[in-house]
Amino acid sequence: MREVRLIQIEEDIQADNRLEAEKVRRRLEEAGTFMLNLMSSPGSGKTSLILKTIEAVQSMRTPAIGMAVIEADMDSQVDAETILDAGVPAVQLRTGGFCHVDSYMVAKTLPSLDLEPIDLLILENVGNLICPAQSDTGANSNVMILSVPEGDDKPLKYPLMFRECEALVVNKSDYLQMGDFDMDSLRRRAKKLNPEIEIFEVSCKTGAGVQQWAEWLLRKIGR
Amino acid sequence: MHELGITHEILEIVLRYARRHRVTQVSKVLLEIGELSDLEQEWIQHYFDAISRGSVAEGARIEVKKLPCRFFCRQCGNEFVTTLTNDEPLICYGCGSEAVEMISGSEYTVKSMEAT
Ligand SMILES: Nc1nc2c(ncn2[C@@H]2O[C@H](COP(=O)(O)OP(=O)(O)OP(=O)(O)O)[C@@H](O)[C@H]2O)c(=O)[nH]1
Ligand SMILES: [Mg+2]
Ligand SMILES: [Zn+2]
Repeated sequence: MREVRLIQIEEDIQADNRLEAEKVRRRLEEAGTFMLNLMSSPGSGKTSLILKTIEAVQSMRTPAIGMAVIEADMDSQVDAETILDAGVPAVQLRTGGFCHVDSYMVAKTLPSLDLEPIDLLILENVGNLICPAQSDTGANSNVMILSVPEGDDKPLKYPLMFRECEALVVNKSDYLQMGDFDMDSLRRRAKKLNPEIEIFEVSCKTGAGVQQWAEWLLRKIGR
Repeated sequence: MHELGITHEILEIVLRYARRHRVTQVSKVLLEIGELSDLEQEWIQHYFDAISRGSVAEGARIEVKKLPCRFFCRQCGNEFVTTLTNDEPLICYGCGSEAVEMISGSEYTVKSMEAT
């Protein structure tokens, strides 16, 4: 009988994914493309915000900002078609029923886009506040949406997501008057997890706040 | 399912170290997971049992050690454990300063394994 040995490992479970993510970032940098990873629960308004952002960004800058979208919606083509109708290239990323997008999936999808003319590439991640927070996609910036009907307690339930994002878009602000969503509580809870997080109050329905959000985004991409 | 992909990564790491150390049987794998990270041990074990079959890691027990959120105070050098998911203000327990930084709590690590 051989003796039991304790073997030290100390390896990050996500190390391989992170290496691949760095490769994705290098490719994006070579092409001069900024990639935004947009995350939220199902139905919080990811597709709506992308459409509003396309509209705002195009009206704010000349020469025009080159944009494209990667859609990682579970099984449907609906979101990709909506984006295409807005005149922006959109590709469907097949997650195969997976709960989040990782850097390997992005690396496989990039060759189907001509990156050269694209300044801003938006990834609509799978609707879920848990799994996507754990996985580096190769994006330059992570942004999350929380919609007002979801409640101001979400930072207490999904802390990692709030920590991993540079900006939080509080969408459906048109519902603020109707419920008991407390914006101050939300700010305090989000800032406790992530003191640096930028918070935008937006309504994709009325257009309120979209301008400020789009300006922040344009500053991020250096335009 | 998130856990299946994660379990593949864990098994890959374990088998890499098993080869390196000429292991014939892995009996235990220790994971260190920060309080803020999400991982269901039961599912990891379940998937691990399935995908490790026929390898030297077959039958290994997965143990998860949860690490709390630990902070360092830049003001007074104090270290303390606290929770981020409540409405208490985040301040140093020693001096009350807000100049604190997280030093652990989001780990996602294969720490060690026991093997023969
Ligand atoms: N009242 C109101 N409704 C909104 C707003 N933004 C989005 N919606 C509605 O919310 C629903 C979901 O919006 P989507 O943009 O499809 O949300 P999503 O996050 O892309 O959804 P999935 O891709 O299915 O996860 C739609 O019916 C939108 O019209 C808003 O600011 N106010
Ligand atoms: Mg959508
Ligand atoms: Zn202190």
